[in-house]
Amino acid sequence: MDVQFILITVCALAATGLIAALILYFVSQKFKVYEDPRIGQVEGVLPGANCGGCGFPGCHGMAEALVKAEDLSKLMCPVGGADCMSKVAAILGKEVTAAAPKVAVVRCNGNCAARPKTANYDGARSCAIAAAHFAGETACSYGCLGCGDCVAACKFDAIKMNPETGLPEVDDEKCVACGACVKACPKNIIELRNKGVKNRRIWVSCVNKDKGAVAMKACKSACIGCGKCAKECPFGAITVENNVAYIDYTKCKMCRKCVAACPTKAIHAINFPPLPAPKPAEQKPADAAPAGQTPLENKPAAPAADAQPTKPQDTKAAE
Amino acid sequence: MEKLTISPSPHVHSGDSVRRNMLGVCLALVPALVAALWFFGVDALVVILTSIAACVGFEYLIQKFILKVQPTITDGSAIVTGLILAFNLPSNLPLWIVVLGALFAIGVCKLTFGGLGQNIVNPAIGGRVFLLMSFPAQMTSWPKPSVVDAYTGATPLGLLKEGVKSGKSVSEIIDLPSTSDLLLGFCGGSLGEVMALCLIAGFIVMLIMKVITWHIPVAVIGSMFLFEGIFYLANPDRFADPVFTILTGGALLGAIFMATDYVTSPMTPLGMIIYGCGIGILTVLIRNFGAYPEGMSFAILLMNLVTPVINRYCKPKRFGEVVK
Amino acid sequence: MKTFRIGGIHPHDEKLSAGSSIKVLPIPKEVKVPVSQHIGAPATPIVKVGDVVKTGQLIAQATGFVSANIHSPVSGTVKKIEDFVDGNGYRKPAIIITVQGDEWAEGIDTTTAIRREITLEPAEIIKKVQEMGIVGMGGATFPAHVKLSVPPGKKCEALIINGVECEPYLTSDHRLMLEKGQEVMIGVKILMKALGVGKAYIGIENNKKDAIENLQRLSTNFEGIEVVPLKLKYPQGGEKQLIDACIRRQVPSGKLPIDVGAVVQNVGTVYAIYEAVQKNKPLIERIVCVTGKPLREPSNFLVRIGTPVKELLDATGGLPETAAKVIGGGPMMGRAMVHTDVPVVKGTSGITVMDEKDAKRQPMQNCIRCAKCVSVCPMGLEPYLLSKLSMLNRLEDLRAENVMDCIECGSCSFTCPSSRPLLDYIRLGKGRVGAQLRAEAAAKKAAAEAEKAKAEAEKKETANA
Repeated sequence: MDVQFILITVCALAATGLIAALILYFVSQKFKVYEDPRIGQVEGVLPGANCGGCGFPGCHGMAEALVKAEDLSKLMCPVGGADCMSKVAAILGKEVTAAAPKVAVVRCNGNCAARPKTANYDGARSCAIAAAHFAGETACSYGCLGCGDCVAACKFDAIKMNPETGLPEVDDEKCVACGACVKACPKNIIELRNKGVKNRRIWVSCVNKDKGAVAMKACKSACIGCGKCAKECPFGAITVENNVAYIDYTKCKMCRKCVAACPTKAIHAINFPPLPAPKPAEQKPADAAPAGQTPLENKPAAPAADAQPTKPQDTKAAE
Repeated sequence: MEKLTISPSPHVHSGDSVRRNMLGVCLALVPALVAALWFFGVDALVVILTSIAACVGFEYLIQKFILKVQPTITDGSAIVTGLILAFNLPSNLPLWIVVLGALFAIGVCKLTFGGLGQNIVNPAIGGRVFLLMSFPAQMTSWPKPSVVDAYTGATPLGLLKEGVKSGKSVSEIIDLPSTSDLLLGFCGGSLGEVMALCLIAGFIVMLIMKVITWHIPVAVIGSMFLFEGIFYLANPDRFADPVFTILTGGALLGAIFMATDYVTSPMTPLGMIIYGCGIGILTVLIRNFGAYPEGMSFAILLMNLVTPVINRYCKPKRFGEVVK
Repeated sequence: MKTFRIGGIHPHDEKLSAGSSIKVLPIPKEVKVPVSQHIGAPATPIVKVGDVVKTGQLIAQATGFVSANIHSPVSGTVKKIEDFVDGNGYRKPAIIITVQGDEWAEGIDTTTAIRREITLEPAEIIKKVQEMGIVGMGGATFPAHVKLSVPPGKKCEALIINGVECEPYLTSDHRLMLEKGQEVMIGVKILMKALGVGKAYIGIENNKKDAIENLQRLSTNFEGIEVVPLKLKYPQGGEKQLIDACIRRQVPSGKLPIDVGAVVQNVGTVYAIYEAVQKNKPLIERIVCVTGKPLREPSNFLVRIGTPVKELLDATGGLPETAAKVIGGGPMMGRAMVHTDVPVVKGTSGITVMDEKDAKRQPMQNCIRCAKCVSVCPMGLEPYLLSKLSMLNRLEDLRAENVMDCIECGSCSFTCPSSRPLLDYIRLGKGRVGAQLRAEAAAKKAAAEAEKAKAEAEKKETANA
């Protein structure tokens, strides 16, 4: 093989490369599509998970919407949170209002012990399919089906099935409140709620709309719609509709009175310091005559730090 | 009967299983296996057993220790891959090469893509082509079967290629086996390809067991016959006659056992026929104009890659398309 | 022998109760009559708790055109009107009646005498069918009068009677054709008159040779009725498949049988129509086939609507310990029940019981792309592809692949060597695409109405000006 041959090869390759580069350059010039450069910048700030939690198809869609939007308050990247949104606002030179961080909450408490199985499901492992076909493996037709559609929907590995309870559990640290699990759950059990100070949250862990006796028969920890919690709540945060209680997290002041009042323990409070030992004497009258109980009630229920400032309002509400 | 079982319909199943289909293929390969043992003796058995053991072993080891999933060797697909790979090898191949081929087939062609059902090319053919390119000398020296002498000889297609290259016309090339020799296997070649009758018997077995449909094998063989026939009529000196073509060089083995691989063949009858014709025509082209004397493996490999496109455009005939 | 042209499978037919003649089941102590036993709007109850009702008395009125009347299947007192847990585990409203004697409402002919001459006019027949609450008895429970009311501009050229009973196990239609052949034939004549057609075909699969013979013998006395023996193949009882098998016409995608000039009715429905028109008897009882390998004596019963399934099972010797699944309907398209204290409804064509071994599905494996599902799909679809797209929730692609054509016959899941739940996923995708289509249609309709309202307002304005 001689030098000439190698030279020809090198030259030919170089020439081919050059021609290709020129073609590419002219084509890219000719067919250039103008795009607002800010879209790229905004997309760079967004997390890039393409989870769809914002309601747009992926982060690029969200970036386009953000650039177009007059007002950023209606758009929120649940994954990036306030940090990310303030960066976006800086790029676009607009104001952004900080939204309180949220987290997914599973509103079913029917673990294997509380909610005995009445049938065995043997179809495809998908809640959506099971739900379309029958009410569930237990007598509760509202509760968690346990096939893990929410687990499959989560892109952040934040929701796991607990094999002991048969219910999904959310990891506060990993959950970004994108809402994918909320959409995936055919029984609408999962809700996005305020993350709360120090991750402290209170919610009714049941969505059973059956009448009390029916719900109770199906699941020992069902909300029976008795309304005790609503009566107990000093802030009017609890409503009972269709035989099931709901706590409005925007009104809840975390006093935890409802937790104690719930006869089926369907109201959950997490990440709180333990309450001082409840005095058995005041529990009974609380059930029997809540109206006349207010002055007595207040003192023992108050000691939790969070409940302190609420005291005066409490009395007012009761009157 | 405390708790009733709930599942969506249908509540009955045909009882068909992956294993049943794979065992069906194995059963259909038995006649060819017996022929291989008859012609090539213990060597053939050793190559076959090595290939199967290596395929099953690699599948188990890779799934267990690298992919960390439940091994699926019980479905029998690795056995089929091992058998078919072995059928594509000469019986005097060094065993380490056989093992290497099995590793490529299972490790690269099958499990890289996600295991059974996910691979884009037929693992056995992948392994075979890999060996053919890596070890051309070993892969193309075949022991002549038959009883007397075990000297290494060329395949009929090899003889043909050499002859045509050196300027002879087809009829001048001596040593070309007759049709009956080909049917009964009196010619050189890989383990499984020599005895055409056994392969045809296997085809019938698979049809009866409903493991495969007729479309692909018939399309492959038919198109080869037609296409070679056209060449032959145009220039009988330069090209072999079509009957010779379909009986040599693993055409039947490929058409019946390799092109019909479920995973890498199209899903609709029309798609299967297009795919089969593609294989037939490519094989004839490679054999007559390519560097290799035979082209079945390459043709199947290429058409495997076209399968997704065929699936995309060849839809089954929908109900109601026939108006009235 | 005739059959449909695309796909199909051959499940074991297991017609265990084919030889058992229809037995009348005693009236239970209490019946639960659900107000929704048909496709369409649930009926509205018109009785109150404590009311005394007679057998055959109207107790719930149809709500709209696509709905059906419900009559009391027994005589007695209305005990409660409340929710009960249906076979799927959901709570549904029902009228619960405590039985006292068996006193029939006036004007109903309860004798078994056969009345041949048809006195009513076509419009009256359809009205009667609607009044008597007749629905499709094959399991689909589509109100029968809707199918009989041929829309203007379309013409019915052939009436096709579905006596196929292609579901394995079930034998209720078989026994009906064997024991009530005369009535069925008169029923067909009534339908022919109502639809104004001169030709009717009764499609029967070849595994019911005695029924074919019986009806063929009778058909010599009835002009224009042809009994068509069909080759054994599932899902021949599907409306579209049956039309293809009998008259070689294929209903195009998204169209109805009437678009190819055919109306299909089940033999059970035909019998109910005979009773309604000739005997003035509402749909209050039906033939239910109770069958399955674990049962001691699989049988066919004539039962009142509202009878608990449990009592039917008891009449066959009770639900054995080995039973693991109770299916309302046949094993291919029936629905498994959560419990057996559910009432028989108009669409209950059978109860199939399965043991542990048959009830359990095999574990799912990778798709090996064997194309068997494609080759058996009677609608010419690609189940492997549809189920994959459905898993990935790619609704646009599903729509492009004609997912809405799927008749949910289950042939794909039945045949899959990898035991994949193909139909489970396809059904899910079909449901989602269906919801999407309905939403689009609603949006379109709303937009059109808004447009119309706007145009009218403008018109008014210009008129005023």
